[in-house]
Amino acid sequence: MTSARERILGQVRESLGRREGDGSAERAAARIAARAPNLVPARAQVPAAEQVELFLRLAAEVQVSHERVASPADVPVALARYLASHNLPTRVRRAPDPALDALPWASQPLLEVQAGKAEPDDAVSVTGAFAAIAETGTLMLLSGRDSPTTLNFLPETHVVVLRRSQVIGTLEDAWTKLRAHGEMPRTVNFITGPSRTGDIAQTLYVGAHGPRSLHVILIED
Amino acid sequence: MASVSGSTAHAFRANTRAAIASPELQAGLARLQQGLTAERRMRGVVKLPEFERLRDAARDIKNHTLAHLDHYLAAYERAVVAGGGHVHWCETAADARQTILAICRRLGAATVTKGKTMIAEEIDLNEFLAAEGIEPIETDLGEYIVQLAGERPSHIIAPAVHKSKDQVSDLFFHHHQKYGKTRRLTEPPEMIDEVRGILRDRFLDADVGITGANFLVAETGSSLIVTNEGNGDLTQTLPKAHIVLATLEKLVPTLEDVATLLRVLARSGTGQEFSAYTTVSTGPRREGDADGPGEYHVVLLDNGRSRMLAGEFREMLRCIRCGACMNQCPVFAHVGGHAYGWVYVGPMGAVLTPHLIGLEEAHHLPSASTFCGACESVCPVKIPLPALMRHLREAAFEARLPPAAERSALGLWRFAATRPGLWRLLGAAGARLLARMGGAQARLRRLPLAGGWTSGRDLPAPEGETFHTLWRQRGRR
Repeated sequence: MTSARERILGQVRESLGRREGDGSAERAAARIAARAPNLVPARAQVPAAEQVELFLRLAAEVQVSHERVASPADVPVALARYLASHNLPTRVRRAPDPALDALPWASQPLLEVQAGKAEPDDAVSVTGAFAAIAETGTLMLLSGRDSPTTLNFLPETHVVVLRRSQVIGTLEDAWTKLRAHGEMPRTVNFITGPSRTGDIAQTLYVGAHGPRSLHVILIED
Repeated sequence: MASVSGSTAHAFRANTRAAIASPELQAGLARLQQGLTAERRMRGVVKLPEFERLRDAARDIKNHTLAHLDHYLAAYERAVVAGGGHVHWCETAADARQTILAICRRLGAATVTKGKTMIAEEIDLNEFLAAEGIEPIETDLGEYIVQLAGERPSHIIAPAVHKSKDQVSDLFFHHHQKYGKTRRLTEPPEMIDEVRGILRDRFLDADVGITGANFLVAETGSSLIVTNEGNGDLTQTLPKAHIVLATLEKLVPTLEDVATLLRVLARSGTGQEFSAYTTVSTGPRREGDADGPGEYHVVLLDNGRSRMLAGEFREMLRCIRCGACMNQCPVFAHVGGHAYGWVYVGPMGAVLTPHLIGLEEAHHLPSASTFCGACESVCPVKIPLPALMRHLREAAFEARLPPAAERSALGLWRFAATRPGLWRLLGAAGARLLARMGGAQARLRRLPLAGGWTSGRDLPAPEGETFHTLWRQRGRR
């Protein structure tokens, strides 16, 4: 009695005409080990300063808004201003991220900031990001102790605090940075604009199941 | 062979007549032509000068992976297990259904949320779960609409393209009464809001979340989904268990290979630079994580793929389900997806479906093509769809599946076409006959024995000599 696994792999090998010692195992192992980039588009292979501008421009094309601030200390006031100008609640759920812990939230007494994963009635979340990818205007977030995944999807407004130095060029740069960071997290979220759907009569509407608004506060560090 | 329950592929001709007679469907297909297709793809393509070379690279990645699939499957399984996940190898649709049921039963699941997955359609998962007392809830808006209507998706990336705004409004009005939503909504933003609210509770209550996978990565044991709504992420993040339902050919070697394929995937289908959400999932919730599923299962389904690897139809296994071929197909543009009678539609469906439900059931589908080649010209992994359709037509002919009259006609044609002297004689005689029938206007209003060609247009009558005669007269120049 063979297992389904053996039967499936056996049929695959038979269909491929696999012979022992044909070098195929070594070729596959070598490709996995090499992690070699394929053709990488030139678009984002530009100096760092241009990558930041490319990221912001492409993100804006998919309805991501942003504000630049000079230092981390300016983030709470920028957040309060953004929420007020959009008539959004001042109760905010933020990621339990040490970099966010360190911000002077007390400077904005009107903000009610709690750390943790998203709860169903949270309207606004604030998170950091692992990186931002210039090539596609994409934010990259990793799940983990400091960054619950639900913050990226449950609230209607998602505010991402990003440092200029976190902007990278290409998807390949993202994988390199991820591997340098350590083991694969449970979830890597690449987020390119707020949630959207075209499923009613082929017309695009922003705000389906995930956030309706995605706002970046960029720290010019 | 998979079950053919629910297939109407054998009735393709009747299906197309119904499709052409449906004003709602024709309006939807017209919207698709204006919205999703050639122009939008082109706008995405011109933004990336390397696009044509990326198609070659994407084709090569898939070819390499398929040629080494045994090794990549084994490496992938090792990596999933190392990450704390489980791989369930399933040979048939029935095996996959039972595997999913067993997980749901063990967790005492009453409801299951689903991200968009064509494989679940392929194995008729919703019907099966419902019959077992487990409620499946589609969460992609298009799939949700189709589920409420009791239909199949009619397009692999735009499932409800055949539904008008008013039809969706009616469906929501009818089906949302039970949630206390008694007002008929007519504007899409408020319709979307209502579904968001209803499904939000279902997301939070679900015991198991099922998604498909665009790619499985051998290097890391990860699965990837690509969505725009965020429904797939809520589906897989909130319940106790995340089940990934995927077939063998989703494998790719490395994350670098994923990067290349992502650059051609959305661009080919919707013209987007990148879909809103691309999510890489590796195993269950980690120690210290505040959220995420406690279990991660991959239902790794064969359902005929391992046999397809053996011959020329291996090329079809490169397909990354972008939808470009059906967006560009003139036949699809007139008959829509439901005419194809089963899960996969358009040119990719015409090639894949006969392998999954049998050529006898689906032999009409490879004939649903003008062989204009648009599908192949936009395929991000360069699958020679017209050639594969032609080979399926040959196989259907060999198996004596087309009607006797059609086979006799083809037999006569072959008899003449393989005898040059006879061919020239018949050609010259036929041309003279048709020229006489065309009369002074040189047009035929009705062609004998082939009335279909002239039911909607006139046929210009041949004028002058045949090509062979001219060739000879002009000294073969």
